[in-house]
Amino acid sequence: MILPLMIWRSLRQHALSTLVTAFSIALAGGLLMSVWAVRTQSQAVFTGVNAGFDAVLGARGSKLQLVLNAVFHLEASPGNVAWEDYLTIARHPNVALAIPLAVGDNFRGYRLAGTLPELFTRAEFAPGRHFTLRPGGEFFDPTRREAVVGSFAAQKLGLRRGDQFHPYHGLTFNEADQHAETYVVVGILEPSNTPADRVIWIPLEGLQSMSGHATNTVSELSAVLVKLKSAAGGFAMDQAYNKQGNRLTFAWPIGQVMVELFRKIGWFDEILALVADLVALVATASILAGIYNSMNERRREIAILRALGARRSIICGAILGEAAAIAAFGMAAAFGGYASIMVTAAGVIRAQTGVVLDPWQFNPVMVFAPVILIALGALAGVIPALKAYRTPVAEHLVPG
Amino acid sequence: MTLPLVNPLLAIRHLRKSYAIPEGGRHLVVAVDHFDLAAGAEVGLRGESGSGKTTLLNLIAGILTPDAGTITLAEQPISALPEAARDRLRARTLGYIFQTFNLLPGYTCLENVLLGMSFGPGPDRAHAVGLLRRMGLEQRLNYYPRQLSTGQQQRVAVARALANRPRLVLADEPTGNLDHRNAAEALALIREICREHGAALLFVSHDREVLAQFPHVADLAQLRPPETIAGQPEGRA
Repeated sequence: MILPLMIWRSLRQHALSTLVTAFSIALAGGLLMSVWAVRTQSQAVFTGVNAGFDAVLGARGSKLQLVLNAVFHLEASPGNVAWEDYLTIARHPNVALAIPLAVGDNFRGYRLAGTLPELFTRAEFAPGRHFTLRPGGEFFDPTRREAVVGSFAAQKLGLRRGDQFHPYHGLTFNEADQHAETYVVVGILEPSNTPADRVIWIPLEGLQSMSGHATNTVSELSAVLVKLKSAAGGFAMDQAYNKQGNRLTFAWPIGQVMVELFRKIGWFDEILALVADLVALVATASILAGIYNSMNERRREIAILRALGARRSIICGAILGEAAAIAAFGMAAAFGGYASIMVTAAGVIRAQTGVVLDPWQFNPVMVFAPVILIALGALAGVIPALKAYRTPVAEHLVPG
Repeated sequence: MTLPLVNPLLAIRHLRKSYAIPEGGRHLVVAVDHFDLAAGAEVGLRGESGSGKTTLLNLIAGILTPDAGTITLAEQPISALPEAARDRLRARTLGYIFQTFNLLPGYTCLENVLLGMSFGPGPDRAHAVGLLRRMGLEQRLNYYPRQLSTGQQQRVAVARALANRPRLVLADEPTGNLDHRNAAEALALIREICREHGAALLFVSHDREVLAQFPHVADLAQLRPPETIAGQPEGRA
């Protein structure tokens, strides 16, 4: 009873220092938790995103580039795949479904992807989940200049069913590169929270035969998305395409390719985590500095309390409790910082990749970061507490 | 003060306390060979500035430990007890009124009184409120010391000192910072409350007018053994 009152009163008496220190803890805690949560959640989400396919077949080159291009709709295609190669893999006994993909155009920066209607009717972007359209929409007719727009792209571009647009050549928007063809939006996809939300889907043939595209590549593809019948089949095809063949690349399994990506950029994660740890340490040290610097003015109060019969342990406990309380207040506020950073980060990641992070998803860091920072805060109170412990009572009973 | 008491509340024997001085050696601040105080007694203790009055009170309260000699308080050898036991004894047996009141600025009047009780038998809100009401502070329970007049602060300090129903109240020049009228009122109040609570009072002052109101007055200089007067500073550190 007495200890909480002593701690609370002391916090109030040193309100400015308490607020500044708690604010620094809040920033550090928010940063620490959000760096950790973005790292773990994005790793889990990105390695889990496969658009419902097991592998990507593409031109000889980097598996990562192939996956980023065909699954995440980022990066340029490493090269083209012949139509015959698509037919070969589509008929392969190990393959359950093969969907061709052609890229190379955009509309105001949002990528156009040419494909077959089977992507919507047969493929599952997640187990048991097919792409669905908003009410009134329909999937495109492969023989017409029609487009189905991903939900995020439609929202950002302001496209609605019935709207018409001219595609632009290339993957980056340049007003001078407008194609002559006009496409009509026939459907808007319901959000799938996958990179497909950022894409404008048009018939494969339409993209291949767009005016200005090279005539010798008209029947070529950027990649083939492959759904296998079994994992064993993937191993055999990996051997056939990657070890025995030298013309194409078979990126399988997709998740493993992304794991490699995170392994490659692991150093960046570590630097971010290190920065967050250092910020947390500096914030903790500010508790020490804040309380320690106020010890001179506290000495008389400590002496009075001791003269009233307070044991040294109570005085020490009050100082340690105060340090822990500052850290606790800071960590309570840190959740506000965490939410802000997470919402911003999730928005940026969604805008850039179409992948959706859940800012409100529970992460163990929400428990262990407060526990560790509050413990560190209490630890920071040890030195001032020792100083309080050693305060000579008689010397400080008289106003200095 | 050498009253022949069989079972004194406070007994001091051959007490010595000295401090190291910058020039080397030690300065003997307190030297009392024999001093007894009966339960419920009111004794004034005279001493000039720098005569060791506050040091003596701090020794009695167990805040300081003597170089030599013993202090027995309520049959407990307070000077020989471990620190935690001294703290407990102080919280339960003693009330201490300081010249500068020493109220805690971050706590209200009521909290100042309750805080003193917390280290002793435990907070008793009704008793604390009753004491403050008795001091005429019922309208000031939630005021902070800075919001009170000097006289009101003094009364809070008295209430805090008596809150644990102490057997001995040590008053260290509690009227020293007050004007004549307030000093007289404060003294009367302290004595009255101590009587009501059956507490002994050791009232330190150098003001002859104040001390004249006590039935017994001891002079710190006269308590000092003659052999300790000439030898200051005594010995080497």
